[in-house]
Amino acid sequence: MNRSFPRHVMLAVLAATGLALAGCAKKPTTVDAPAGETVGSTTGDAGATSGTTGSDVGEARPLPGTGADAAGATAATTTILFDFDSAEVRAEYNSAITAHARRIAASPAVRVRLEGNTDERGSPEYNIGLGERRAQAVKRALLLQGAPDAQITTVSYGEERPSVEGGSEEAWSQNRRVEIVYLGGGR
Amino acid sequence: MTDLLRSLFVLACLALCAPAHAQLTVQITRGMTAPIPIAIVPFAVTQGPIPVDVAQVVENDLERSGRFQGLERGSMLEQPVPGTRFDLANWRLLKTDYLVIGRVVPDGQQWTVQFELYNVLTGERLLGYSLPSAPGALKQAAHRVSDMVYEKILGVPGAFSTRIAYVAVSGVAPQRRYRLVVADADGENPRVILDSREPIMSPAWSPDGDRLAYVSFEGQMSAIYVQELRTGRRERVSARAGINGAPAWSPDGRRLALTLSSREGNVDVYVMDLASRDLLRITDDAAIDTEPAWAPDGRTLYFTSDRAGRPQVYRIALAAGQRPARVTFEGPYNARPRVSPDGRQLVVVTLDQGAYRLGVVDVATGRSRVITNGRLDEGPSFAPNGQTVIYATRERGRGVLATAAVDGSVTSRLTSEVGDIREPAWSPQPRT
Repeated sequence: MNRSFPRHVMLAVLAATGLALAGCAKKPTTVDAPAGETVGSTTGDAGATSGTTGSDVGEARPLPGTGADAAGATAATTTILFDFDSAEVRAEYNSAITAHARRIAASPAVRVRLEGNTDERGSPEYNIGLGERRAQAVKRALLLQGAPDAQITTVSYGEERPSVEGGSEEAWSQNRRVEIVYLGGGR
Repeated sequence: MTDLLRSLFVLACLALCAPAHAQLTVQITRGMTAPIPIAIVPFAVTQGPIPVDVAQVVENDLERSGRFQGLERGSMLEQPVPGTRFDLANWRLLKTDYLVIGRVVPDGQQWTVQFELYNVLTGERLLGYSLPSAPGALKQAAHRVSDMVYEKILGVPGAFSTRIAYVAVSGVAPQRRYRLVVADADGENPRVILDSREPIMSPAWSPDGDRLAYVSFEGQMSAIYVQELRTGRRERVSARAGINGAPAWSPDGRRLALTLSSREGNVDVYVMDLASRDLLRITDDAAIDTEPAWAPDGRTLYFTSDRAGRPQVYRIALAAGQRPARVTFEGPYNARPRVSPDGRQLVVVTLDQGAYRLGVVDVATGRSRVITNGRLDEGPSFAPNGQTVIYATRERGRGVLATAAVDGSVTSRLTSEVGDIREPAWSPQPRT
C-alpha cells in the first residue's frame, strides 16, 4: 500500500538566519573547529583551508595510491587504504610507512595525527571502533619503523567523514582509510 | 584557538536563532492490509479562525501509524459536534468503525479542545474529554487527542506527543555541515540545537526528556556533551584521548554508559556517574566493545562486541565479577542493540542477505526476525510505546529516516528536502 499525504507536505525552510523569526526562543549552539596550526586539507574547517597560518600550511596531498613506493617522505602518500572489514596495513604501503616514520623521527617537534575512517556500511559507533583499530594499526607500523610514540595521536571518524560521496564499491574502497595528518612543528 | 576563545565564539553564535530547516515529510510505505476505518469530523470552531485544523492533525497522526484509515471529509453525510444529536446509521453506512467529533472553544487567553470518541457499531461513547491548550500549543493538544484515541482503541499508548532528535548532514567536504535537530514526532517544528563543521553522532535522550547527550568532534577530537534543551546550556562530560562515544542514559538518569579507548586503542564500555564523573569499567577485552544499551531494570547492559570475530550483541550484569553472555547468534553481523521498553526485545542492525537491515531479537529465546528491507538500515530507536522503531536508511543515495512497526506490519519514511538525515533518537513520553 502506498499512500501519501499532499496536505501534509511541509515546506523545507532554508537555513537563512533572516527567516528565523518565529519559535526561536532557544538558539542553536554553533561550534567551529579552531583555526590555527592544522596542516592538510581534510579537516574541513575554514581555518585549515584559508592558508593563513604557518609556512607549511596547505601542503598538497598526493592522490591515494600514488607515490607509495617513493623514497622521499614528502612524496609518500598520506592516505593508507584498507580492505573491507580489515585493519591490516597492506604491504604496498611499507615504503610509505618507512618514509613517514623517518620524517617523524627526524624532527622531535613534528606531531602526527592518524585519522581512522571506514565506509558507510554497518553501525556508526561500531565503525568508530573499526576506524580506531585502523589508526592504531598504522601507528604500530610507524612505531616499528622507529617513529616515537609521543609524537603520534589517533582519532577515529568512523563513517562520518567520507572522502568520496556515494554508495559504490569504488567510493567505499576510497573511504576505508587512515589519513596521516602532519600538525604544527613539521619541517 | 584556546578553549576560552572557542567558548567566546560559541557565545557569540548564540545570538543567532535556530534556522528552521530540514523539515521532514512523512509517507506511509507499507500499511496494514486492513487498517481500522475511523472518521475524524472537522472540529467546530465557535470563534474563528484558529491556526490549526485539529481534526486534520489527528487524522494525519492516526494514518501515519499505519493502523488507521481516515474517512474523506467529502463522504461525510453530517458533521456533528459534541452535545448534539447525530445518526449513527449515517456512519455505519460509510463502514467506519469509530467516530471522533469535537470543537475548539476560546477560553480567555487559552483554547479548550473538547472531543468525543464513539464506537459506531455499538453507539457507545468511549471517550469524552476537554483539553485546555495554551496559545500556540493547539497542535500539541491535537497530538494528545491522537494519543488518547489510539490508546483507547488499540490498548497501547500513542507516541504522537513525542519528539525525535536526529543529525542532518549537508554539503560535501570541506564545506560539510553537521546539525543536531530536535523535531516533533511527525517531523514538524524542527529546531537546530547544535551546528558544527565537524561530525555529530549518537544523540541520546535523558529519561526525563529534558537533555540530550551526544558525541561531537568539534576541536577535531571526539567528546561527549550533555545539553539541556530548554536553555541550550551544555556540559562536556567526557573528552579523553581516543574514543568518547555511544552515550546511553541509565533509566534513572544518573549514569551514562559510554565507550572509551585506551592509548593502545582497546575499545571498551564504561559507566560514568554523572554527579561525580567516576568511571566504572564494564568490559575488558582486546576486541571492540561498544554501543551500550541499558535494560529497563538499570542493572544490565547490552553491547556490541567483535570478540568472536564479527560483531555480535552481548549482555552483562553490572555487578562485580560478571562475564558477558552472547545474545545474538543468527547471521554474521548483529550490532547496535536497543532494548524495548518492556525489556523483552532488542532491535539490532543485522546483516541479512548481504544487506544491513533491522532485526528484532526475542531476549528469552534468542530468536530474531528481520523487519525492514533496505540495503543500509541502521541506528534504530524504539518509540516509548515499544510499538515502532525509527531508523536511518538510504533512498536514492540520500540518508532518510524511516519507521517500522516492531511486528513488521507498517513502515513509513520521513524525507527531507536537504541533505542526509541520520542517527534518529525517539524521545521518552512527555510528562503530563
